[in-house]
Amino acid sequence: MASDLDISVQPAPGIADAMVPHLYVIRQVRKETDDTFTLVLQDESGGPKLTFAPGQFNMVYVFGAGEIPISISGDPTSSVLVHTTRAVGTVTRVMARLRRGDMLGIRGPFGTPWPLQDVHGHDVVIVAGGIGLAPLRPALYDVLSHRDEFGKVVLLYGTRTPSDILFREELEQWRARFDLEVYVTVDRAQAGWRGNVGVVTTLIHKSPFDPQKTTAMVCGPEIMMRFTALELQKRGVSPDSIYLSLERNMKCGIGLCGHCQFGPLFVCKDGPVFSYSRIKDLLVKREI
Amino acid sequence: METLERILAEHLFFKDLDEPYLQLVTGCASNVRFAPDEFIFREGEEANQFYLIRQGRVALQILAPDRGPITVETLEEGDILGWSWLIPPYNWHFDARALEMTRAIALDAKCLRRKCEEDHNLGYELLKRFGHIMEQRLSSTRLQLLDMYGVRS
Repeated sequence: MASDLDISVQPAPGIADAMVPHLYVIRQVRKETDDTFTLVLQDESGGPKLTFAPGQFNMVYVFGAGEIPISISGDPTSSVLVHTTRAVGTVTRVMARLRRGDMLGIRGPFGTPWPLQDVHGHDVVIVAGGIGLAPLRPALYDVLSHRDEFGKVVLLYGTRTPSDILFREELEQWRARFDLEVYVTVDRAQAGWRGNVGVVTTLIHKSPFDPQKTTAMVCGPEIMMRFTALELQKRGVSPDSIYLSLERNMKCGIGLCGHCQFGPLFVCKDGPVFSYSRIKDLLVKREI
Repeated sequence: METLERILAEHLFFKDLDEPYLQLVTGCASNVRFAPDEFIFREGEEANQFYLIRQGRVALQILAPDRGPITVETLEEGDILGWSWLIPPYNWHFDARALEMTRAIALDAKCLRRKCEEDHNLGYELLKRFGHIMEQRLSSTRLQLLDMYGVRS
């Protein structure tokens, strides 16, 4: 007979566990664009495989440079860990110089995932802007691996120029599928580009989905996400069915340090994925 | 049978337009087709039509001496192309070029302008509808100008 003390779920990791990085070795470095790269990592610490839900992030420790939050961009079922980031700050610039065989420290995964378990039977609209495609890619992998459980699936992707398009080969493969609609647009086009030109929000009113039974997942610059949410609402998608992934100054990953406080929320713990209805008033508050 | 009137009536732009006005607009409409790379109109030319794109894709371009044609926006199936016919001096400000085989309904804007002058209710109806498109395009252009995906300096 079970005692009152038995528990059927795993306890949440303690603070100490969450604060200790695990060593990962870089197995592959892929250059995605001029300033964006992907690292494929493997656990060297011999611990259990890191499992994550699409939308979660890790704290990545670049030795000698610092620790930063980076979304996981790989397949949740894969045996390796994949991070895609842009070389824009002190830490990511050092990270961009790392090569195969170099080591990184990883803490995580942290944060809330995309609501994939709750939207079976729905149409799924994924709207990505720039490097925002990276945290959405695991969600797309997940949807495609359970394709029958969803209605229409649409990927809308906007970037600055054609040379900034991420995961180009994969986009072509996705575009070739009959069960996935992929639309790509760029803000500015060089000569020779025959695709769409215009902001990603312009794709929404033309996309084939039923707004009454659609869940939208949006990631990109915050302005782009705000306007995307407005456009989705114009199409008839409920604010409760729109999810955004926010980026703030995450440090501890467990809501202790307060660096990523966003009004009454901590982005590292309560997010980074939030329903639009929960944060829409906060997004336009200058004071926070 | 797919008549021009039915196609126009089913298009969002003409939705709920009074029947007599729809007939009047249909009287100014014709089917047109453009081959890939063909110019639909060019900067500076008289703006005497607007187009409802039925199939294909059109690039709005501006020519820069050192850079060649720069595409500022693309339009495709369902989009309305051209509003310079509404605003004096009725000249196109950009080039419009078919990127692929493009089918459209061309509306004789010279004819419509005259009818709008004669019947201001029709003029107001069309202006409201174009105002909506202008607002959307202005908003998109503002977002493009923000260079949202650029690196913050």
